[in-house]
Amino acid sequence: MSVFALVDPVLQGLLLGGLYALFAIGLSLSFGIMRMVNIAHGDIIILGAYATLVVVNQLGIHPLAAMVVVVPVLAGFGYLLQRILLNPVLGEDILPPLLVTFGLSVIIQNVLMAVFSADSKGVHADAIQTASISLGGGLAVGWLSLVIFVVAVAVVAGLELLFARTGLGRAFRATSDDQAVAQLMGINNRHLYAVATALAFGVTAIAGVFLAVRTTFIPTLGPSKLLVAFEVVIIGGMGSLWGTLAGAMLLGVAQVIGFRYDSGSGVLAGHLVFLVVLLLRPQGLIARTRDL
Amino acid sequence: MSLCSLRHVSAFYGDFQVLFDVDIEIGEGQAVAIIGANGAGKTTLLRSITGMLKRTADSIHFAGRSITGLPAYAIVALGIAMVPEGRRLFPSLSVEENLMIGAHTGRPGPWTLKRVYGLFPVLFERRRAPATQLSGGQQQMVAIGRALMSNPRLLLCDEISLGLAPVVIKSIYEAFPAIRAEGTTLVVVEQDIGRALAMADTVTCLQEGRVTLVGRPKQFSRADITTAYFGS
Repeated sequence: MSVFALVDPVLQGLLLGGLYALFAIGLSLSFGIMRMVNIAHGDIIILGAYATLVVVNQLGIHPLAAMVVVVPVLAGFGYLLQRILLNPVLGEDILPPLLVTFGLSVIIQNVLMAVFSADSKGVHADAIQTASISLGGGLAVGWLSLVIFVVAVAVVAGLELLFARTGLGRAFRATSDDQAVAQLMGINNRHLYAVATALAFGVTAIAGVFLAVRTTFIPTLGPSKLLVAFEVVIIGGMGSLWGTLAGAMLLGVAQVIGFRYDSGSGVLAGHLVFLVVLLLRPQGLIARTRDL
Repeated sequence: MSLCSLRHVSAFYGDFQVLFDVDIEIGEGQAVAIIGANGAGKTTLLRSITGMLKRTADSIHFAGRSITGLPAYAIVALGIAMVPEGRRLFPSLSVEENLMIGAHTGRPGPWTLKRVYGLFPVLFERRRAPATQLSGGQQQMVAIGRALMSNPRLLLCDEISLGLAPVVIKSIYEAFPAIRAEGTTLVVVEQDIGRALAMADTVTCLQEGRVTLVGRPKQFSRADITTAYFGS
């Protein structure tokens, strides 16, 4: 076996992890801050992809430039959704938000189906979809994969900085610890939760744009992306965004190696690694311990 | 002059009534002690004032306006801060961050990080530590400092001596003259009756959700208080 056969899938897998991290960050944020699991999370990614399609067709701009429109629109949608639909069902019982977001998932899929049909769609970008950089020795990385990976690292670093250094981040952490006492500090938790969802949807919209540029998509693709996001968050460890990135890279490497071994078993290899991590290290790669 | 008045306050946990028609007047600049046995409704009373608990219509007034319908986060901004029972510090935040989040409302006033560190110098030494790594007494200081950071006109303290050694309790109570010197009105809920009576201008005793005694501490004999506390 040549070095190439070993290094190449690892490299491609790590880069794929960038996309998977972007898939997962929104889910990690809403669980971390509100203890809320958004079952429609995968559908929001797909909604972002279709929004990219619409923006590209209407404005005729580059798909990556569509982010400037898609991200704020989805963030605004997230804010309103949280305030109008999700805040009223958040409470001690975790079941109501699960049911509501499950319903939302069904609605989004069906609306997308009604508007765009079940045919697969894609957006055309310029050479970035196929261009690559040669690293010598037959190794090459795609420009697009590299851009996605760099954006993912930047998003994680930016969010970690936001959480550690800003008043908003402090309010997020305090509310995550104890939302009742956070209100005693003057924090309006309804508004704060809506801001958290706006942030989560904004990052998820970035993932949606990249998905649209990278591959074709259909309205019912959401649940499979939700599964990826779940696995990444659990492998990485709850509450740590660097852990999410690490988990995404591990899942990416597992899938690419699995795919090289047998083109039908890439996804299965990812699931197996997920199960192994769950068995050996249930707290995840980077666990953030809290004495609550 | 009355800063905060409670008229016919009733409070419920679900169908269970905890407070029955409670009337209390809190004068500006006063120190009010609220005493009573476990389950008498002392904590419920504080939770009603802060808005953490739903209250009966139009029963609580603060600084000349009704605060009955306001949510907890809006009441803090008007100048009511609480040191909750069991301290309830934020474990993911450092000591300094716990203090800073107390200033979230941005209310102007005498209390700043520097002043709080002046009041409790040990907190300055431990400012980078996670709040939950401190000793119980130090955590209580953080909880008091956190409440002060919102520059309250009315400071509510719930069982701040609970679970602490007498020498530690003494050092915490020594901070109150400096707090009162800023004109802050104080409501202290205590099970330690001696300590509560020693510092209070007026005392209110609750028994099973009803006021059984109100007045100046010196007015009452031990027997009066025992009767008000436990019933006759």
